[in-house]
Amino acid sequence: MTSGFGATGLLTPLFIGDVLGGLDSIGVPVTQLLQMADSIAFIILAAIGLTIIFGMMGVINLAHGEFIMMGAYITTLSVNVAGLPLPVAMILGALGTAIFGAIVERTIVRRLYGRLLDSMIVTFGLGLILTQGTRIIFGNSLQSIGTPFGNVPGYTYSAYRVLLLFAAIAVLGGAYLVFTRTEFGIQARATIQDAETARSMGVDTDRMYTVTFAIGSGLAGLTGALYAPSATIVPGMGQSFLVESFVTVVTGGSTVLLGTTLAGGVLGTIDAVFSNLYGNFIGQIALLLTAIIVIRLLPDGLTGLAHTIRDKLGERQ
Amino acid sequence: MMDVTLPPRLKRIGNKLNGPNTLGNSRAFWAAFAVGMIVMAAYPLVRGSYAAGQFSLFLAYGLLALSLSLIWGYTGILSFGQVAFFGIAGYTYAIVSLNLGGAFGQTVALPVAIAAATLSAFVLGYFMFYGGVQDVYVAILTLVVTLVLETFMAQTAGSEWSIGTVALGGFNGIPGIRNFALGVEGASISLSGSGFYWFVLGVLLLAYLGARVLVNSKYGYALVAIREDAERTAMLGYNVKRVKLAVFTLSGALAGFGGVLYATWGNYMDPSVFSLVFATIPIVWVTLGGRESLLGAIVGTMIIERLRLWFSVNASEFAIVFVGVILMTTVLLVPRGILPGIKDGYVFFSEHGIREGIEHGRVTIQTRIQAWLGSLGIGQSDTETPPSSEVVRE
Repeated sequence: MTSGFGATGLLTPLFIGDVLGGLDSIGVPVTQLLQMADSIAFIILAAIGLTIIFGMMGVINLAHGEFIMMGAYITTLSVNVAGLPLPVAMILGALGTAIFGAIVERTIVRRLYGRLLDSMIVTFGLGLILTQGTRIIFGNSLQSIGTPFGNVPGYTYSAYRVLLLFAAIAVLGGAYLVFTRTEFGIQARATIQDAETARSMGVDTDRMYTVTFAIGSGLAGLTGALYAPSATIVPGMGQSFLVESFVTVVTGGSTVLLGTTLAGGVLGTIDAVFSNLYGNFIGQIALLLTAIIVIRLLPDGLTGLAHTIRDKLGERQ
Repeated sequence: MMDVTLPPRLKRIGNKLNGPNTLGNSRAFWAAFAVGMIVMAAYPLVRGSYAAGQFSLFLAYGLLALSLSLIWGYTGILSFGQVAFFGIAGYTYAIVSLNLGGAFGQTVALPVAIAAATLSAFVLGYFMFYGGVQDVYVAILTLVVTLVLETFMAQTAGSEWSIGTVALGGFNGIPGIRNFALGVEGASISLSGSGFYWFVLGVLLLAYLGARVLVNSKYGYALVAIREDAERTAMLGYNVKRVKLAVFTLSGALAGFGGVLYATWGNYMDPSVFSLVFATIPIVWVTLGGRESLLGAIVGTMIIERLRLWFSVNASEFAIVFVGVILMTTVLLVPRGILPGIKDGYVFFSEHGIREGIEHGRVTIQTRIQAWLGSLGIGQSDTETPPSSEVVRE
């Protein structure tokens, strides 16, 4: 996933500059589109780890924001202290968080399956410890590593932030492939549907839970790693992802990847429009209201709507 | 020797206060409760007015804890939003009382503030429960609402964010809220120090007794039924949505009263009441004390707040770590909280005698440790879903 985005990074300045210039000359609002790409990428990346863990395991990981923070910290420290190149540091950030997630699942979350609210509270406690522990160890902020790639050619908009949209799509695609096309994905989904039967078919369900949780955590870590160059690295940074990620989970509904994609698209557009016009806070309010309205009208979220439309189309044919 | 027959009226009140949904119903409990209340009432006389004033904050927090115990412990709806109603009431009180001025303004501000909190709870609750939002989604939505409120209040620093003569003040909040007062000009009482302490203690006592009556009434049975199985309760003919909305609104009002007391205690309001950490704190109180116990929620509040005070003086940066550790260890080791745990222990020992009790405890701890080692992959790998925290009450 990361290597793919690195490759696009080398090509884009020329390619994007030409395309955007062409679009702008025929009256397309390029700045707004860039903003929208940024918002959609942010929402998808903020939510992906959370939605996988929730959708697959029914556990709400309230330490999600702190897992993102952990990925960002590992990345930043790898660059600042160890002097590693950025892509390697990002992979380390994702891997480190995944390993931490596996440990958390083995020691804590495992004991709370079937006690949904309790697992929420425990992970919340974990989040508090991680935030404050980071503050005690590393102080109030880390030196930022700086955003690569400069601005989008011809615009005052960070190219890196826009490129994250491709990273988001790559992450979604990667997760889709892993969960639908691999042996592990099939076993993991079997475990989620019916653990008993899966076990009797020889699936190591304990391992499936651990690995799924680790993947979700790793994706949260990857999000942190991807935003490390352009965010302020502070212990509380995970909190800035919380509102967006939770709203996405609520809006998306039960089918994990489809829900995240749809919700990311819808919410990203809304966020971009309202943040652009009225500022960040109104953007958040708009997201919240959208979530409330979506739940009021569509109890199963956007995926529920998608399934209904599919069924209707099926009837007509 | 304690077998004095109570006068009928007192007995009738007793019947309303006692029931299967509260832990302490015996004579011994009420005797201990009375002693506890006398000790609490005597606290300002022993420790002085200043200490009493400090402690009255914890009592005000007790209302917040009580509201969470009702909605979460009894009805099974985890709300991170109690602090939102707490804060809304506090802010409303500040705005109304400072605009109107004087003791009369404060007297008007009290019901207005509680009404604002109640109305917010009603509106949010309506959208959630009638929108079919359940379980974790309620927790998520209430948390998001609280965080959005924090973002909103934090950005109100500019002078355009004024209501009447009161500037909302962004991060700095609203200073200069006066001590709690009731009455009109010339005939008012203002409460601070010991007086405020006794007032808050009285409010908390009434709220506690009222909540006891509520949970032991038919209505309370409906709440517990919803917690145990909402679908079956609906099948039995209860309007689950309406009951949820009603108790959510009521708990919003309780939290709001706590918020007013908080505002008059510290003489300021700032957006930190909507912060992630403060939203967690009530969960910690109630988890530690025992969420299905009204008294447990209050006792948990006193313990945690006393310890937090100690941390903030001696090791302030570890206060939040401590809160997180308490939260995790309580849920993992004593899922029902300490007060129900003590009660279970008391009942067990009084039924089985001490020797058998200790033997039983040893076996329990042994199996727990084995299960835990098993879950780590050491020893036998018996990692079934852990037993639920449901324990049949007497």
